[in-house]
Amino acid sequence: MEKTWNNKAWFLVLPVLLLVAFSAVIPLMTVVNYSVQDTFGNNEFFWAGTDWFDDILHSARFWEALQRNLLFSFIILILEIPLGIFIALNMPKKGIGVPVCLVLMALPLLIPWNVVGTIWQVFGRVDIGLLGYTLAALGVDYNYVRDPVDAWITVIIMDVWHWTSLVVLLCYAGLVSIPDAYYQAAKIDGASRWSVFRYIQLPKMKRVLLIAVLLRFMDSFMIYTEPFVVTGGGPGNSTTFLSIDLVKTAVGQFDLGPAAAMSIIYFLIILLLSWIFYTVMTSSDADA
Amino acid sequence: MARITLDHIRHAYGPNPKSDAAYALREVDHEWADGGAYALLGPSGCGKTTLLNIISGLLQPSHGRILFDGNDVTNLSTQERNIAQVFQFPVIYDTMTVYDNLAFPLRNRGIAEPDVDRRVREMLDIIDLADWSKRKAQRLTADQKQKISLGRGLVRNDVNAILFDEPLTVIDPHMKWVLRSQLKRFHKQFGFTMVYVTHDQTEALTFADKVVVMYDGQIVQIGTPAELFERPSHTFVGYFIGSPGMNVMPAEVHGSTITLGSETIALDHAPKIAAGDKVELGIRPEFIRIGREGMPVTVTSVEDIGRRKIVRANLAGQPIAIVASEDTEFPAEPRVTFDPGALNIYANSWRVGREA
Repeated sequence: MEKTWNNKAWFLVLPVLLLVAFSAVIPLMTVVNYSVQDTFGNNEFFWAGTDWFDDILHSARFWEALQRNLLFSFIILILEIPLGIFIALNMPKKGIGVPVCLVLMALPLLIPWNVVGTIWQVFGRVDIGLLGYTLAALGVDYNYVRDPVDAWITVIIMDVWHWTSLVVLLCYAGLVSIPDAYYQAAKIDGASRWSVFRYIQLPKMKRVLLIAVLLRFMDSFMIYTEPFVVTGGGPGNSTTFLSIDLVKTAVGQFDLGPAAAMSIIYFLIILLLSWIFYTVMTSSDADA
Repeated sequence: MARITLDHIRHAYGPNPKSDAAYALREVDHEWADGGAYALLGPSGCGKTTLLNIISGLLQPSHGRILFDGNDVTNLSTQERNIAQVFQFPVIYDTMTVYDNLAFPLRNRGIAEPDVDRRVREMLDIIDLADWSKRKAQRLTADQKQKISLGRGLVRNDVNAILFDEPLTVIDPHMKWVLRSQLKRFHKQFGFTMVYVTHDQTEALTFADKVVVMYDGQIVQIGTPAELFERPSHTFVGYFIGSPGMNVMPAEVHGSTITLGSETIALDHAPKIAAGDKVELGIRPEFIRIGREGMPVTVTSVEDIGRRKIVRANLAGQPIAIVASEDTEFPAEPRVTFDPGALNIYANSWRVGREA
């Protein structure tokens, strides 16, 4: 039978192409379009070339925000991954405790992000918030509106509260998939609690942990809503992350060109770092 | 290496068992000799894995005691009992090398590194994985993995017993033979007390000196393969061992004759049967001869399985199986005779002894 050559197949993928075009390609291209042009309003645009990219890459403001992002993601991973593993290890494996724990763990994940921000914004307030007021009453000098360190602590604790559950649930899923025979064999081999963790539980959790680290890295690197609601990027610029800076530039100052250039750089950084994470973490799997 | 005494062991998984049926293990009271190779044989759910886990200490029996060489170990942990166990699905630590897998149980017990090295190298030779010692233990075949599990048990040369929980289930048929004969060789070489759980009679009969047949939470017979074949002490053993299993037919005993429907067979002794007992006659298909003499049967089918034929027939309204040689000729009106020495008489499913 002879093969028929025609272009009918294109019609079959057309709906998907249209969808992807409208949802991703066109918005992205619009940003690319803005990033190489300048405008003074009236819908008039002038060619700017790579000027905006130059500006961004030479601005101290951008690098400071990027450093804050990296530091924030680092702290988040250092705290949430071990804490998540620890909680998952201590969750009950059977009985009524399982659904109770799972629901409790899922609760923070179900709350809209700006609500999480509002909860902590109120919670931490020194005048009316339970946490802020209590700390003040105990004589602790805590005020996230004035003190940059306090602001960081608040945002970090909020993120840990909000997202550790995700790590817990992923790790728990990895843990319950380990057959009992492994634990029994470990007992017979005289393995210590640490050995069981190191040689049975951790290797079996590796795949889900990889996903947890990737998700938590990407999400924490792109964090916007919660610090925006709690601190608004302050005090000063101390909690102004790239995303907050971006919105200030684009919507606050209406500098579409620099904001677009910044978006693209931001996007490429996340893409690059995620790719590095993924490659490093999966390559250890392949060299066996 | 130890003598294992199971002292009136009962086990139920739920709390407060009400009836016998609630017990996974109804009552086990036996003593297993030091250095013996025992196979626990029985269908799924008969309690054999439960019994094994009680011996290894992974389970605490609800009642009874377990002794190693006369010392009560009932309350000791698995580790303190110093036993090895090989599981149905091979358990390996796949982030470690093959070498480290074998060294793991030794290092956990704080054995000096030169000793560890010597024993691991010996074991690598024994299980034939010396070339693989530096490889990570993942991506091995199932039989290699199972050999590592086995090696982790054997590498500790002071274990009291080695327990096997259906270890060859996931192994390819041709490798099963190889591993099974290796196991037998290890047993001869090291003289461990071995307990081997299986539901495969061939495996049990080839592996063990003594086969422990379990049924419905109790041990129904412990015996050599020949004893199980010739004198099954419970009708279940008759069915379960042999292929096809023993023919068991309802019968009546009058003095020293036994009546099977309209047929009567003379016995050389008078079995002692209490009134009201359910009496059955058991005879292995191998001990029935088909010819022109004896009791009339109607043949329903003949399966040719190579060197032998399995004949399905009806005798006095009861279906029976007969194993006949390949060249057997079937007369027009076939009749069968039973080998008198191979008759077993059962009262309420338990064998009535000749001496009784």
